[in-house]
Amino acid sequence: MSESKGIREQGKHWEEALVRKTLEKFPERQEEFLTGSDLPVDRLYLPGDTWEDHYLEAIGFPGQYPFTRGVQPTMYRGRLWTMRQYAGFGSAEESNKRYKYLLDHGQDGLSIAFDLPSQIGYDSDHPLSWGEVGKVGVAIDTLKDFEILFDGIPLDTISTSVTANATAAILLCMYICVADKQGVPQDKLKGTLQNDILKEYVARGTYIFPPAPSMRLINNIFQYCSRHMPLWNTISISGYHIREAGSTAVQEVAFTIADGIEYVKNALSVGLDVDAFAGRLSFFFNAHNDLLEEVAKFRSARRIWAQIMREKFGAKKEKSQKLRFHTQTGGSTLTAQQPDNNIIRVTIQALAAVLGGTQSLHTNSRDEALALPSEDAVRTALRTQQIIAHESGVANTIDPLAGSYYLEALTDEITREVYVYLDKIEKMGGMVKAIEKGYIQKEIQDSAYRYQKEVEAGEKVVVGVNSYKTETGLPSDLLKVDPRVQELQLKKLAEVKKNRDNSKVASVLGKLKNAAEDENANLIPVILEGVKEYAAMGEICDVLRGVFGEYKEAVVL
Amino acid sequence: MADVVSLVQGVLGGNIRSIAKSISLVENDLPEKEELLKKIYPHAGKAVIFGITGPPGSGKSTLLDRLIKTNRGRGKKVAVAAVDPSSPFSLGAILGDRIRMQSHAADPGVYIRSMASRGHLGGVASATIDTVKILDAAGFDYIFIETIGVGQAEVEVATLSDVVLLVLIPGMGDEIQAMKAGVMEIGDIYVINKKDLDGADRLKAEIEYILNLANGNSCPLHPVKMVSAEKNEGIDELVSTMDEYVDHMKSNGALMERRKENIKKELQTLISSKVRHLLENRFSISECLECWAEDIFNGEIDPYSMIQENITSKLAEKELPS
Amino acid sequence: MLPVRGDTIMERNKIRILIAKPGLDGHDRGAKYIARALRDEGFEVIYTGIRQSIEAIVSTAVQEDVQFVGLSLLSGAHLELFPRVVEMLLEKGGGDIIVFGGGIIPAEDTAVLKEKGVQAVFTPGTTISEVTSFIEEATAHG
Repeated sequence: MSESKGIREQGKHWEEALVRKTLEKFPERQEEFLTGSDLPVDRLYLPGDTWEDHYLEAIGFPGQYPFTRGVQPTMYRGRLWTMRQYAGFGSAEESNKRYKYLLDHGQDGLSIAFDLPSQIGYDSDHPLSWGEVGKVGVAIDTLKDFEILFDGIPLDTISTSVTANATAAILLCMYICVADKQGVPQDKLKGTLQNDILKEYVARGTYIFPPAPSMRLINNIFQYCSRHMPLWNTISISGYHIREAGSTAVQEVAFTIADGIEYVKNALSVGLDVDAFAGRLSFFFNAHNDLLEEVAKFRSARRIWAQIMREKFGAKKEKSQKLRFHTQTGGSTLTAQQPDNNIIRVTIQALAAVLGGTQSLHTNSRDEALALPSEDAVRTALRTQQIIAHESGVANTIDPLAGSYYLEALTDEITREVYVYLDKIEKMGGMVKAIEKGYIQKEIQDSAYRYQKEVEAGEKVVVGVNSYKTETGLPSDLLKVDPRVQELQLKKLAEVKKNRDNSKVASVLGKLKNAAEDENANLIPVILEGVKEYAAMGEICDVLRGVFGEYKEAVVL
Repeated sequence: MADVVSLVQGVLGGNIRSIAKSISLVENDLPEKEELLKKIYPHAGKAVIFGITGPPGSGKSTLLDRLIKTNRGRGKKVAVAAVDPSSPFSLGAILGDRIRMQSHAADPGVYIRSMASRGHLGGVASATIDTVKILDAAGFDYIFIETIGVGQAEVEVATLSDVVLLVLIPGMGDEIQAMKAGVMEIGDIYVINKKDLDGADRLKAEIEYILNLANGNSCPLHPVKMVSAEKNEGIDELVSTMDEYVDHMKSNGALMERRKENIKKELQTLISSKVRHLLENRFSISECLECWAEDIFNGEIDPYSMIQENITSKLAEKELPS
Repeated sequence: MLPVRGDTIMERNKIRILIAKPGLDGHDRGAKYIARALRDEGFEVIYTGIRQSIEAIVSTAVQEDVQFVGLSLLSGAHLELFPRVVEMLLEKGGGDIIVFGGGIIPAEDTAVLKEKGVQAVFTPGTTISEVTSFIEEATAHG
């Protein structure tokens, strides 16, 4: 202890003697230094006064509460993170090709990107789907498309992340059906469903129904999977999009954890036992530019979630307390100008995710700000992960940056700030209420606005955009989605509708309506039936729209 | 130069573009404004005008969305003038009220116009009255003036109508005290939105109590309705009440009284504005302001004497020029 | 510098701009930023939120008598949706309304959009002053 006091005194001395002299000759580059999220950054960090106690209480050991240093005892020494590139576009055939390409090049898990109509429950022939079919992901209208999507891909060995929220239940059922046809039983299926509707309302916009029925669907999924799919992650509580919408690192953690709290509360309210489902909750974060702030952010998220699960919800199993997460590097940080610079940005961000202990990682491609990734660009993105994994050495020890005075101070600060938000949201009555009030949206927007203004004023440097500008040519191999996709998809859909047993479909849809009207009914088995009969996505969602209504945006500007 | 004749023709024919251009013309106070309004005026007077106001968060726009739907279901054409404050700093504005009503955006029987207060207290009132006249002449059956009930000015605008709907929500606590201080009196029909929240019944009782005090009798002349715009509950009853209220006003002469009062208010505003304008023309006041202010600041003269010297005394000398 | 339109100098707050998100894309960070920034620059902005049909956007533009419509889209559907807005505006008597766009739009598509009547395309990295310059110049020549 006295050692630390000695260090502090010497530190003051150093400040007064050495630093002051140097500053007189060479002022620092800036008046003040801030993290990417505007937290103040000091010149130097020193060991805290009670660092040993603090270590045992708040930092701990990997695989042990509060998991600040990581959720597994051996982390990447045991098994590297999953390299999982989000992909999908155009038709199921084209996407299937891309998945095989990625798997051939060493990717070890799949992550499906669906087009907007498929995410929002519209068939490709709906008026609002016009122009959108196959653009930001693969177009899925019926089980037929899903079968093509996974043709030749063994679902007993490959784990898949299904990025669907409002339509999560339907796509999960399609996945189960395809696996079944391959002879793979449900209880062997490994993967994740995004299934996080709360963030849709504030940052992503692919909602369909209002919060209450949406939460019911999520509970249905929790219930179903806890019984039939023990290896499946039922939700990926996401901060990625919240950060992309312009929030700070603190807000990203705070709002994500607040969403998590709401989901847990909701599941408990229908009688689920916390330890029965909490082990299969997972998270999804952003990896942004400020490397050290990001590492601190991940560590603080793990610590806070563990504390909340144990203290607030009384979770007894360690599995229920562990925050496992997927990371994606921050798409909005990538620039259209000088696209090669993005490779460097992604490398730094990927490094942050690895140093932060992520369980799986998607790295963006250099042409992100221009189009969906070309084959070339996505290969480089994958190689980035592989080089970090095998050549940089950072995966050879656990939580290597721990003990950095700066890092620990920042981890503690972020933890504090997050708890302030959590308290506020709790006082408002929880996340759903906070969203209704427009509080979350306003916080995010204000951060986004502030950031943009700083960039325009040159206070935040974006290389190639507001500084170091060079005219470079554009990549010539930008991905173009085949414009015939929409036409082809419509033909396919019509074909499926012709060949299926339409009376069976009608009957199941009727069953679905009744089940939807019964608050206590679990909709998954009925949806499974419907999907098997090749009922279309839009048909199923229209039934649910009729019963649940549609969510109307609460805009706060 | 706008072609007033064809604009008016278009308005009377219900042409959306003409209506829109005419509203811009009056809002921007272009030279042809008076000519346009003179031609429009004889064709106005058929529509029923509702003012709808209430504090932010009371769900006015959602409620309005429901009211539009119900009225469309009855074959009525509905127009909305949604007034929002301009930024006092930049004088710009973000007008977002219509978001809640966008399901009606492509319905030819619905017209929604967003208006900013543009910084002047009297200005938005005139522009709103004129806009309502145009919409009236264009054949809309119901016209809603929607404002945020935060400031005196915004609330006043809502009263430029035949019937004022004051929308409140439970849990406002202190706000109700503030509202008692004068704003409450403007309501004709009180709407308690989000009726499923705690305190809704209490709020109803409070309002009825205040109204009784104001009216001095125990039979409230002003209906208090409970709705949930979100859940679409109580809307049909509200619409019936609105109809009954208007019929009642028609039969007991109250509607006529209200309209005459509003005309008087409008006249006052227009006359003040006219006089200002004439004085400006005659005395080039805005050019003189700078040096007048300088002299007053330097203590050479006081404002009253300044006006006496430069304006009032000169007016007494000759007739005002036409 | 106040833009001039015909014989009248137009004050900024008489310039009305509709910011709209056509189609299904829900990423509204950019649109909200532009709306707010334009308001702070003194313009009148009508913002209609996400998931707007083309019919709703055009109808809104005509009713509100805006001089400009700004379309924001990140889902790649710009080549289909933007020109359709231009077309429909013309059909509904709003041919004098100036349409500009923003979002994830590759440069080669910008040329195509301009051919089809979208007068400017603002991609990531655009500053608000670029947008206001465009608005003022377009108003002056309108």
